[in-house]
Amino acid sequence: MSEAAMKQADSNAAIQLVGMHKWYGDFHVLRDINLTVERGERIVVCGPSGSGKSTMIRCINRLEEHQQGQIIVDGIELTNDVKKIDEIRREVGMVFQHFNLFPHLTVLENCTLAPIWVRKIPKEEAIATAMKYLERVKIPEQANKYPGQLSGGQQQRVAIARSLCMNPRIMLFDEPTSALDPEMISEVLDTMISLAEEGMTMIVVTHEMGFAKTVADRVIFMDAGEIIEQAPPEEFFDNPQSERTKLFLSQILHNA
Amino acid sequence: MAIVKTERHPEMPPPVTQTGVIGWLRQNLFSNWLSSVLTIVAIYIAWQAMSSLISYSFINANFVGATKEDCTGTGACWVFIKARFGQNMYGFYPEDERWRVNIGYVLGAVGLFLVLSDTMKSKKLPAIFLFVIYPVICFVLFSGSFGLEVVETSEWGGLFLTLVLASVSIFVALPLGIVLALGRRSEMPVVRMICVGFIELVRGVPLISVLFMASVMLPLFMPEGVHFDKLVRALVGMSLFSAAYMAEVVRGGLQAIPKGQMEAANSLGLGYWQSMGLIILPQALKISIPAIVNTFIGLFKDTTLVSIVGLLDLLSVVKAGTTDKNWLGLATEAYVFVAAMFWVFCFGMSRYSIWLENKLHTGHKR
Repeated sequence: MSEAAMKQADSNAAIQLVGMHKWYGDFHVLRDINLTVERGERIVVCGPSGSGKSTMIRCINRLEEHQQGQIIVDGIELTNDVKKIDEIRREVGMVFQHFNLFPHLTVLENCTLAPIWVRKIPKEEAIATAMKYLERVKIPEQANKYPGQLSGGQQQRVAIARSLCMNPRIMLFDEPTSALDPEMISEVLDTMISLAEEGMTMIVVTHEMGFAKTVADRVIFMDAGEIIEQAPPEEFFDNPQSERTKLFLSQILHNA
Repeated sequence: MAIVKTERHPEMPPPVTQTGVIGWLRQNLFSNWLSSVLTIVAIYIAWQAMSSLISYSFINANFVGATKEDCTGTGACWVFIKARFGQNMYGFYPEDERWRVNIGYVLGAVGLFLVLSDTMKSKKLPAIFLFVIYPVICFVLFSGSFGLEVVETSEWGGLFLTLVLASVSIFVALPLGIVLALGRRSEMPVVRMICVGFIELVRGVPLISVLFMASVMLPLFMPEGVHFDKLVRALVGMSLFSAAYMAEVVRGGLQAIPKGQMEAANSLGLGYWQSMGLIILPQALKISIPAIVNTFIGLFKDTTLVSIVGLLDLLSVVKAGTTDKNWLGLATEAYVFVAAMFWVFCFGMSRYSIWLENKLHTGHKR
């Protein structure tokens, strides 16, 4: 516990989860989660389905409420204070499994909406920023189309661009490639790798172990609501410590 | 041994029997002997019905003249409608003041056109005109002030009164319905309870009893001296009644929006009202358009029920005309005319909603 106490004092961390618990009704989904993410650190979270990976990162921007323990994002502690929640959400971008683009708005409008309404940036400036990020995810030519007219991979890249337009300091990815056809996974992963190379703080929930090996600073394995093991990728994949990790890895790497 | 196709098959037009007029006829009307028989029978029935309706209302109808004696043909006596046209349109609104109503019509038509069509790039100004300035203008024009002669609402009637009732109720019911729907889905228990209570109470009683209570019982509960206009009471009753229906329609739309939309909006830092106004409601209202317009059409026709509290809407004015001793025995004409008038407005709303749906269609959903 001394290590946890030491990390608690680390006010420079991007995200700190300290003794965090969450229940759905009577069901104890997250148990004593302790996790510190440094600025610029890239973390991959893996584990069997239902292990609480998504729930954990959804607690970080308060899409889910935790009931016990502390969550400190960028020096701000998450409480019921709506102002603080909004402040954190402005700094934390999120990419969802099902993209969640706004189908009634064009790609460009999807990207400029939040900067204009939340950051109060002038429209022209917001459009310029949006185009910059759409170029980065390599789909500027789709700017005036509607999300429904794009392929899954393109939609997910728009979703990444939409988050980036808010200039977040931290990005959360909730299984960003799980809903994609196989041939589209790499285009999304490439975008995420280039983002990682620029030093963005990232937490990525994914089953893409190749991605974990290439970009992660640390891999976290969760099972049944608990963090079972965390280690740098080489160590995690070559020399897993816990039995549950070994079992999980043998199952997912079976076909790889 | 592997089989590899090296040349691409050329593109070909579809078979002739599948396309064009002949293809369509064959596929849809004469695909087999049963459908051919049904087609012919249906055409025959439609022809019978249409021809007698047309001969009644046009070919054998009487259009010229001034009294019932001028109706010599076997068809409809439209002279009756024509002779009482002023009253049918304006009720007992003084003849010299009817220009005020007409100005209201023209301004309303222009405002509606600018808001509903695509002619203006930004709809801000026309919307402010139609929803803020226009109601004030109409109030002043119709009831009279600023030097205009005062016209009591008891003199309003006919199509004019029907349109006033319908447009005010629609104008109030939609926003109020949206608020009630949001309230019903609110996480605040008190707000939710109030909204559920209101919706369930109002939806559970017939409109006639709401109107009756609004105009007969409400004054009993009011302190002495406080007096509401009869028309205002009917308007309040109709608006609240349709708002309860509208709330359920909008709630249906809200429930159809995936949870991820709200989450995405929240994760971008948008607050509750911003997320609702910019993300959820535009989508929810879009998918509710058919049901919303359905409610509007029902509401438009329900305005005829105000006759039970003594207001003379289009139906009651035309019906009253049939008891005129100079025009006895013309009830059919009266009802056909009223039906046609209502149909024109309702069909217009229906067409507009289809146009709007197509306009707002943004490709397949994910």
